[in-house]
Amino acid sequence: MKLEGQVRIPSGCAIAAVISKESARMNGEKIIESMRPMHDRSNGLGGGFAAYGIYPEYKEQYALHIFYNDHNCRAECEKFLKDSFEIVRAENIMTRKIPEITDEPLIWRYFVSPFASVLASMQIDEKEYVVRIVTKINTEMRGCYVFSSGKNMGAFKAVGFPEDVGRFYRLDEYEAYAWTAHGRYPTNTPGWWGGAHPFALLDYSIVHNGEISSYDANRRFIEMFRYKCTLQTDTEVITYIADYLLRRQGLSLEETAAVIAAPFWNTIQQKDEAEQQRLTYLRTVFSSLLITGPFSIILGFEGGLMALNDRLKLRSMVVGEKDDKVFIASEEAAIRAMEPNVENIYAPAGGEAVIVRVKEGKF
Amino acid sequence: MININAADCNYRELNHQILAADGNCAITGSLGQRFIAAGLTAGNISITGTPGNALGAYLNGAEITVYGNAQDAVGDTMNEGKIVIHGNIGDAAGYAMRGGKIFVRGNAGYRAGIHMKEYRGKCPVMVIGGKCGSFLGEYQAGGVIIVLGLTADDREIVSNFPCTGMHGGIMFLRSDCKNIRFPAGVTATPATAEDLAGIDRYLAEYCDAFRLDKSKILDSPFTKIVPDSRNPYKQMYVAN
Repeated sequence: MKLEGQVRIPSGCAIAAVISKESARMNGEKIIESMRPMHDRSNGLGGGFAAYGIYPEYKEQYALHIFYNDHNCRAECEKFLKDSFEIVRAENIMTRKIPEITDEPLIWRYFVSPFASVLASMQIDEKEYVVRIVTKINTEMRGCYVFSSGKNMGAFKAVGFPEDVGRFYRLDEYEAYAWTAHGRYPTNTPGWWGGAHPFALLDYSIVHNGEISSYDANRRFIEMFRYKCTLQTDTEVITYIADYLLRRQGLSLEETAAVIAAPFWNTIQQKDEAEQQRLTYLRTVFSSLLITGPFSIILGFEGGLMALNDRLKLRSMVVGEKDDKVFIASEEAAIRAMEPNVENIYAPAGGEAVIVRVKEGKF
Repeated sequence: MININAADCNYRELNHQILAADGNCAITGSLGQRFIAAGLTAGNISITGTPGNALGAYLNGAEITVYGNAQDAVGDTMNEGKIVIHGNIGDAAGYAMRGGKIFVRGNAGYRAGIHMKEYRGKCPVMVIGGKCGSFLGEYQAGGVIIVLGLTADDREIVSNFPCTGMHGGIMFLRSDCKNIRFPAGVTATPATAEDLAGIDRYLAEYCDAFRLDKSKILDSPFTKIVPDSRNPYKQMYVAN
C-alpha cells in the first residue's frame, strides 16, 4: 500500500475552532459537537484537533506527540530523544478503544527540554533546536512521526471521522483555552494517521479546508530553509510557511496574512500610499509564499487563533461570538452546535485575517 | 401542516419526511442538513434553525421560507419555485439558477447569482435586501439580480469585482455606485423610471414578503448594469 508522500491528495474538509479570550478552560466536548453537523464534509479518512493550554503542569517543556509503527521504532527513537533532550516525562497517550477507530499505531507523549549546553555549543535557540530534531525524526527515522511539538499544547489526530477521533483521544478529559478541529476528505489516498490535520510545528498548528494550487512553488521556496515537505499535502507546507514567516522572519500575523493571501495588484492600487508600499513590499519580498487556490485555514498559536480565507474566498468560513468566546467554522451550523445563542455571526472577506488573542497575561 | 423536528436527523431522513408530507411541512431545529427540499416540485416548507448547504437545490416549484440564516449554494441550479430567507445567506446563492425566485432580507456572501441564466420562458430573479460580497453576478448569463443595500453599516452595496464575466441578464443596485468599479464588458447607468417600472412587480413581491415599504425603497437612486452585448458568444461554438 502506498502511504502519504507517495500519493497526491486533493481534499475537501471541514474546520472549526473556539477560543476563550478570558482563557476560560473548555473540555473537548463542544468542539467535537461542532463536527457533527459537518459530518458529510469528511469521508472518514482523517480527523484531528489541536488544544492550547492543556499541559499547565509541564508548560516549560516541549510536548512531543509521536506515532510509532512498532516497539523497535520506539526504542530507536527514544534512544535518539535521550541523546537530544532532557526527558521529564514519557507516557502513552491514553485512548479509548472504540470500533470506529482501528489500526492505531503506538502513540506516545514526551515532555522534553533541550540541554542548555548543546544549545550554547550549536549557537541556536531552543525553538530552532526542537524544529531540527523534529525534522530529523520525521525525515530520517522510519516508522516514527512527531505530530505535535509545542509547549502547553497538543495535536491529536487519526484516521476516522473527527467525532470518533475526539472520543478516541478522550478529549473530554483535556481542558484548553482554545481548540481547533478538522474533518478530512482526501479522495484518492489510503489515508494515514500522520497525514490527518492539524499539522503542527512548535506551537503553530494548521487546520485547512481546500486545495492550494501553489503547493510546488511554495514547497520549493520553503525547502531552501531546512524544511522538508515529506507528505505532499498542502497543509504541511502552510504550517512551515507560518513558522518561517512568524518565528524566523518575525512578521506579525497581519503581515503573514498579507503575504499568503496577498491582495490583487489592482486592489493594492486602490489603497493609500503607505498601505500600497507595505503591501507591495510584502508581495515582492515573499512572492513565492503567496498561496493560490482555495483555502480556509485556522492557525493556532500560543495565546490565540488566526482564521484566513484565500483572497478569492473559494471556501466558506463563518465567525461568531458569545461573551468571551469566539467561534470559527466552515458552516454556521457547526458554530450553533457549539453555542446555539451565538451572536454577531459574519463571514470574513477573502484575505481578511480574523485574529483573536487571549487577553494579555491570561494564558 | 405537519411538523418535522430535524434535530439529530440526517439529510436523507429529513428529505424522506418532507416527501411523505407532500412538501407541506414546518421544519424546526434544522442544523446543517444539506439538500433540504432538493428538486421538490410542490409544497410549502417553513424552516427554523440553520439549514445546511444547497438548500432547495434543483428546486422545481415548491416554496421555502427560512426564519433565520442560510448557508452556501441556496437554490443551486433551481428551475422554478421560491426561496425566502429572513436572515443572511452564504456564498454562491442562486448558483446557475435558471428560474424561480430567491428573496433574502439580509446580506449575501460571495458570488451571489453566479452563472444565473434564462431558459426558454423562464427568467430567474434574486433580490438581496442587504449588501453583497465580491463577485456578485459573476458570469451572469441571464435573469435579474437586484440588491437593495438596506443595512445600516457603511460598507459599499457590493464588494470587489461585481459582474465579472457578465454576458447576459440585468442587475440593479440601489446606489449611485460612485465607488464601485465595474469591468470593461458591462455598462452601468442610472436606472430610469422606465427601468424601475420593469422590476416593480419583483420589488412589490419582495416588500410583501418582508413587510417593507416599497415607496421608501424606491426613494433612492438605482444603477442598472447590463453587458455590452446580449450574446457575445453567439455562434462561437454552434450555429444558433
